[in-house]
Amino acid sequence: MTDHDILPPSPLPAEGGDGGPLRSQSEAGPALGRPGGGAILSTVGLTRRFGGLVAVSNVSLDLRVGEVHVVIGPNGAGKTTLTNLLSGDLSPSSGEIRYAGADLAGLPSHRISKMGIGRSYQKTNIFLPFSVFENCRLAAQSRTPHAWRAFSRALGFGDINRQAEAAMEAAGLAHRRDRVAATLSHGEQRQLEIAMCLATQPRVLLLDEPLAGMGPHESQRMVELIQKLGAGHAVMLIEHDMDAVFAVAHKLTVMVNGEVIESGSPEAVRASPAVQLAYLGGEENLHG
Amino acid sequence: MDFAFFLIQLLNGLQYGLLLFLVASGLTLIFGIMGIINLAHGSFYMVGAYLAWSLAGMTGSLSAAILLGVVLTVLLGVALEWLLIRHFYDRDHLYQVLLTYGLILVFEEMRSVIWGDDVHGVPVPALLAHSIPLTENLSYPVYRLVISGVCLLLALAMYFLIARTRLGMMIRAGSSNRDMVQSLGINIKLIYTLVFALGVALAAFAGMINAPLASVFPNMGGGVLIICFVVVVIGGIGSVKGAMAASLLIGLAETFGQVIEIEVAGFKVLPELSGMIVYVLMAAVLVWRPEGLFRKL
Amino acid sequence: MHAHSRTLNFILIAAAVALAAFPLAGSTFYTQLITKIMIMAIFAMSLDLLVGYTGLVSFGHAAFFGLAGYALALMVPKYEAASLWWTLPAAMAVCAAFALVTGALVLRTRGIFFIMVTLAFAQMVFFVFHDTKLGGGSDGIYIYNKPHLKLGEATLLDLEKLDHFYYLVLALLVVAFLVLRRMLGSTFGHALVGIKVNEHRMRALGFPAFRYKLAAYVVSGALAGMAGYLAAVQFGFVNPEIISWHQSGAVLMMVILGGMGTLYGPMIGAFAFVLMQELFSNQAWFGAYAKHWQLAMGITIILVALYLPQGLAGLLQKVGRKKEAAAEPDHD
Repeated sequence: MTDHDILPPSPLPAEGGDGGPLRSQSEAGPALGRPGGGAILSTVGLTRRFGGLVAVSNVSLDLRVGEVHVVIGPNGAGKTTLTNLLSGDLSPSSGEIRYAGADLAGLPSHRISKMGIGRSYQKTNIFLPFSVFENCRLAAQSRTPHAWRAFSRALGFGDINRQAEAAMEAAGLAHRRDRVAATLSHGEQRQLEIAMCLATQPRVLLLDEPLAGMGPHESQRMVELIQKLGAGHAVMLIEHDMDAVFAVAHKLTVMVNGEVIESGSPEAVRASPAVQLAYLGGEENLHG
Repeated sequence: MDFAFFLIQLLNGLQYGLLLFLVASGLTLIFGIMGIINLAHGSFYMVGAYLAWSLAGMTGSLSAAILLGVVLTVLLGVALEWLLIRHFYDRDHLYQVLLTYGLILVFEEMRSVIWGDDVHGVPVPALLAHSIPLTENLSYPVYRLVISGVCLLLALAMYFLIARTRLGMMIRAGSSNRDMVQSLGINIKLIYTLVFALGVALAAFAGMINAPLASVFPNMGGGVLIICFVVVVIGGIGSVKGAMAASLLIGLAETFGQVIEIEVAGFKVLPELSGMIVYVLMAAVLVWRPEGLFRKL
Repeated sequence: MHAHSRTLNFILIAAAVALAAFPLAGSTFYTQLITKIMIMAIFAMSLDLLVGYTGLVSFGHAAFFGLAGYALALMVPKYEAASLWWTLPAAMAVCAAFALVTGALVLRTRGIFFIMVTLAFAQMVFFVFHDTKLGGGSDGIYIYNKPHLKLGEATLLDLEKLDHFYYLVLALLVVAFLVLRRMLGSTFGHALVGIKVNEHRMRALGFPAFRYKLAAYVVSGALAGMAGYLAAVQFGFVNPEIISWHQSGAVLMMVILGGMGTLYGPMIGAFAFVLMQELFSNQAWFGAYAKHWQLAMGITIILVALYLPQGLAGLLQKVGRKKEAAAEPDHD
């Protein structure tokens, strides 16, 4: 497989546990596949206010390599704001974001990206007039010292090109290499969203509703991709699609009105009465 | 400087600032509500001034000229919005710049064709041509006080209109979400036309009432436009409050800058470089708060 | 961003050859006119780098243009000819420095603020030269002797000579075009276009967008300075009018009229604009209205804004695509 450029080899089985490929991986346990143990990114009491509105309130969570940490909650729960805080699009009102020993709070988004935190957007945020390849190539370019060369042909840098190809391959878009991004189907554009993220070789992936608007077949593909990615990265996933959530989640956090009301293994969260009361109210069925 | 002199400069500075506010508020409203950057705003100031001069010459009365002039300017604004401006609402600012720059050229040349290239004075209405004595030797022109008063009244009226009336509510709503307002059955097209006409009428009106003080001359719109831009940058775009604060700041700074003397190494920085004050203020705001002192509306 | 098609390269080379041959056949008047157009083409290309490729609409580009001219006028000893060797780079360096300082401030704003602030800063420069004794005030400064290019004792280029000047300008135009084209095909250039298309995502991908924009601003300013230097040499005179916002508006119009986001578009635009200017102010055609040529210009600008957003280059591209499509009907 050509995706070894972006995904370090993983001791976690790609499929496993009972019940087939869509079952949660939590039985495999978080202890495997983590380079030194401990969280790679953690927030401590993270809070963000907009005037009188507290969008994110005192959120503390951990992201670990090899783990897919899913954040769920009703609309307006503060999930995207949380993602914005972690990616540097917003700065916190208070609290800390610890990553690899540093406090990220207040750093600009390009610095945070350079430190290895990649992010995909809920509302597709690609370069519409460029080809799929150029989208990924530009993303890959950001990681190299060649990014400032003014007189060498951009397309002549083999390392950048290879990185871009690998990202497209991993996201399943290699066959669409030369298509203009604006002409892609919605699902393909969501795949491109992820591909661009991957091309920057992040350690942490913040994925904001990658399955949004996708049909069943595309969703399945995306779920498999997220499972693969979870093996070698620390993934924070925001999703509404419950089948997908339980297929990939190692950890689950539920947010309501900006606060974390429950966090832990998917089973524990599923069984929590607080969650069933606050989040579900009988409309959505967590059981299946 | 003695107190009377200081008072005169203070009143001048406030008057200039209030006049600037009148013009700048039109500009910031048009941008804040319609998203249109109107480089031709200064041209309307000029149109107002020339209308005041020519109509006053014809009717013999400045007040009649102003009344008539405002009506004509509103009509001109409506026509322009209907013919041209409305095609640019959703377009990139670049094309709005191009369009309104072209309008500047057209306006200047039409002015030249219609009224010629000479400088003209406009007499202050006899009723207001007195001065109020401040000390034995110094007195202050009534007309300047009248200008300040009128500007202040208009500012209050604008505040009332936008913050306290239904029309104002629709205007504010239309600026944040045009489609939603439309689907609520409110005629957003009409509102936009109204706002544009109001905005340019403010500029023209300012030109009219200031004509007795500043005279009318070719390219008089250019200087006003630049300063208005600085006002909007300092005050924050779309913020009428910001426009007021920035206008007063600039008005006072420029006025005092022209009479204060500050020497640095033998060179009279002030009043020689008083024209730079505006730009220095702008640079300071850019360093400290690039989005302007106040935020949107 | 399109690949440089062979047709395009062919046309450009043909145009360069035609320009090189022109002075041999043309009259003095037209040679001077073409020289002026080529200088404006350099000016317009420099602005296209900002507007068409980085997405920064500057309405104050005349500041660099004028600054270089004044730099030359102030550097030149009054009754001697200056040396091209160092005065040209020096003038460009002055512009680059000014761009660096003002750019650091101006680029803290975006969109409409940026437009207004660039206009304001250009007016500031105008004020400095118009209202202070630094640049001779509104009268300006004469450049009595045009610069020369000497190597030891031999004079390689004497810019008093019309065709020396013409070929210098042509050479600089070609060099500027090639350098810019190369730059835009580099990783730096690709990043600029990325910033124009989606600056937010560029930052999220790890690009320090501010630094890229500042770099583009400085390059653009220096190149505009080169054009301004040449223009000052051509006129033999600098005055504040070259820094006026009408100059900024004119060059912006050239970029749009020609077609922004293509390097050859601004060249077409400069050509078209200067020709229109000549046409509209021609008394033989327009009689008494010739002095109101700006009216026709203004109307043209409005029409371009309404109907020709992609400029003349855009038109040509459409025609080119139609021809391609007609030639290969079964293409995927």
